[in-house]
Amino acid sequence: MNVRSQISMVFHLDKCIGCHTCSVACKNIWTDRKGTEYMWFNNVETKPGTGYPTQWEDQGKYHGGWEVSGDKLRLRSTGKGRIVTNIFHNPHLPTMDDYYEPWTYKYEDLFNAPAGTDQPTAMPISKVTGKYIDIKAGPNWDDDLGGSPIYAANDPNLSGLGEEQRQQLQALERLVLFYFPRICNHCLNPACVASCPSGALYKRGEDGIVLINQKRCRAWRSCVAACPYKKTYYNWSTGKSEKCLLCYPRLETGQAPACFHSCVGRIRYLGVLLYDADRIAEIAKLPADKLVEAQREIILDPNDPNVIAEARRCGVHESVIESAQKSPVYKFVKVWKIALPPHIEYRTLPMLFYVPPLLPVLGQTDNNVYENGQDVAAIFHPFDQQRVPMKYLANLFACGDEGKIRYVLRKLMAVRAFKRAATVGDIPMATALQALSQADSSDSEAEDIYRMTALPTFAQRFVIPPMHREEAIEAFKDPQDHKREVGFGFTASPKRGL
Amino acid sequence: MNNFPLPIAAAPAGLPIDDVLFVVVPYVVLALFFVMTIWRYVKDKFSYSSFSSQFLENQHQFWGSVPWHYGILALVAGHLIGFLFPREVLWWNAVPARLYIMETGALIFGVTALVGLVNLIIRRAINERIRAVTSRMDVLILVLLLLQVLSGLYVALFTRWGTSWFAGVLSPYLWSLFTLRPDASAVALLPWSIKLHILGAYAIFGVFPFTRLVHVLVVPNHYLWRRAQVVMWNVRKNSTGGGK
Ligand code: SF4
Ligand code: SF4
Repeated sequence: MNVRSQISMVFHLDKCIGCHTCSVACKNIWTDRKGTEYMWFNNVETKPGTGYPTQWEDQGKYHGGWEVSGDKLRLRSTGKGRIVTNIFHNPHLPTMDDYYEPWTYKYEDLFNAPAGTDQPTAMPISKVTGKYIDIKAGPNWDDDLGGSPIYAANDPNLSGLGEEQRQQLQALERLVLFYFPRICNHCLNPACVASCPSGALYKRGEDGIVLINQKRCRAWRSCVAACPYKKTYYNWSTGKSEKCLLCYPRLETGQAPACFHSCVGRIRYLGVLLYDADRIAEIAKLPADKLVEAQREIILDPNDPNVIAEARRCGVHESVIESAQKSPVYKFVKVWKIALPPHIEYRTLPMLFYVPPLLPVLGQTDNNVYENGQDVAAIFHPFDQQRVPMKYLANLFACGDEGKIRYVLRKLMAVRAFKRAATVGDIPMATALQALSQADSSDSEAEDIYRMTALPTFAQRFVIPPMHREEAIEAFKDPQDHKREVGFGFTASPKRGL
Repeated sequence: MNNFPLPIAAAPAGLPIDDVLFVVVPYVVLALFFVMTIWRYVKDKFSYSSFSSQFLENQHQFWGSVPWHYGILALVAGHLIGFLFPREVLWWNAVPARLYIMETGALIFGVTALVGLVNLIIRRAINERIRAVTSRMDVLILVLLLLQVLSGLYVALFTRWGTSWFAGVLSPYLWSLFTLRPDASAVALLPWSIKLHILGAYAIFGVFPFTRLVHVLVVPNHYLWRRAQVVMWNVRKNSTGGGK
């Protein structure tokens, strides 16, 4: 066993209100410079929809992630052998048009326009060329366009849905959408890292954060093509790729990443998971229907004395083990099993998990009146008519296996019934308890899920381990010496070339 | 005065121009090249990049970058072989059929490089986005490279057979430079087109450290041997794991 720790995340989709506060918080800190205007380390998509960059989930087009060939795992885009021929022109590199050309407005025209009969206007100008541009699309152009034939209908996750289910999604009176906030998943088997010819990308051993060394990146662009989630971005101005850094400077000082900290819906959870790094290579090759389970399996129980002993042996710090024991992510993923990885079939083993949405508001119609289920069957009844087809959610979070989604939704539904029975009382408690047991849960677990979902404090949502980066250096070196060697780090401004 | 022709020794005092161009210049250029590339690498690693613009324009880039790189790499390799193994090259060229193969090959790569380069120049000139990321150094290096490829093609076509006389004349000259016994006498007798090509090469080496060409020095060859995943520890020795 090779125990490592990873800072992991859970996003609870039922709670996301699509406000984009997270995206803006991130942008203001990290991507408001020249060359980064088009980058959204955090973005919030409307699903069903095409996303950002357009149709990023269509790997037939983008060739991201891994594929199994024979008994080997290989990158779908440019791996080892093919880099030699593909370095001059990467056939799978998305271009700016797949994202959007960033723009601003010529605001000064509002003040400087000569007096005339018309109102002056602020024309849009490109942030790349500085010329006037005709805006065709932007990030999040399909916000809230759940039923649109150009956006929602072209969502790659609709594959495998029957005509009837598609119609169901488009029918006006049933129109449905939910929000899908995305950041880098800080994967266990990151395609971005494995594809970088310069070795500029790396995963930090202590916390699993995936970073790009800006001094080693030489614009070979492989990571952009290889990441199936399209979460590394090419800075066209500095000639370096950049990506989400999970706000590691904040984490190292005990603060939650900006997008987590600012999240209005409080949908985000962050904590440590311990996992067995020896098994990554083996499980990443498993058939797609085994991946979700296998990834859960290599996540280790931080309370198990064996695991603790092994973790100590592998150099995981005591405080990190403690923090793993309090991790909300561990509960969601491993104990309650209600958080699932996005598109694990790309085989990067993402470490950001989602609680799939329980949409829409629970209810069923009899005589056109919405009623709450009075018996167990009624509590679980809405699934098959639910407005987001189960298959759709399964394509997103479970390699198409509806059973996994059903398991989560049943549990969430039973928790609701239980709390409703307790607080409103229009569902008999006996029925609610029966529902809970049928959903592989119990009243105490339901109470825990409820508390962690509805009432968690800041400290319960974000259990950030002390990162010991300074301390660890001091253990081996005189801090004065260390300081002299590194100065204050990398302080030059990120300008283009010489 | 008698009727003797003027002896060479009566030429203007100081260094003959050929010695300046083909002895002094290369040493200056070499010094500049090494000092500046290393200085830039040490002082400003962040500036080392190929500055790919494929992200801004994808299709035309293919017809520029791909033929250009394949062409120029083959040509550079050819020059290097001529420099390192002149005897073997002369031996190979001793048979006319083999000479023709060699010359035609070189010509094909030359034309390939030219096609690529011209495409790159046109792309840079007409595409708004690419213009926005074009620096003065980019223009300079493109002009120098174009002159170099053109003069090279001219030499290949009109001063036959380049593969042979390169090995016979230029290789000894270059060796004389590297062994610090510079002797430009043979070069002085070469036609102007070849001299231009040599000077063009020095010009490119001279500006090399100040341009995006430095990406040539950091080609990621170790990728082929390293393990796929890279894990870095704050204090533990760098180790790898995961992936395949
Ligand atoms: S999501 Fe993409 S960028 Fe992030 S670690 Fe995974 S492969 Fe790399
Ligand atoms: S801040 Fe939170 S609630 Fe708002 S869009 Fe982002 S993830 Fe959703």
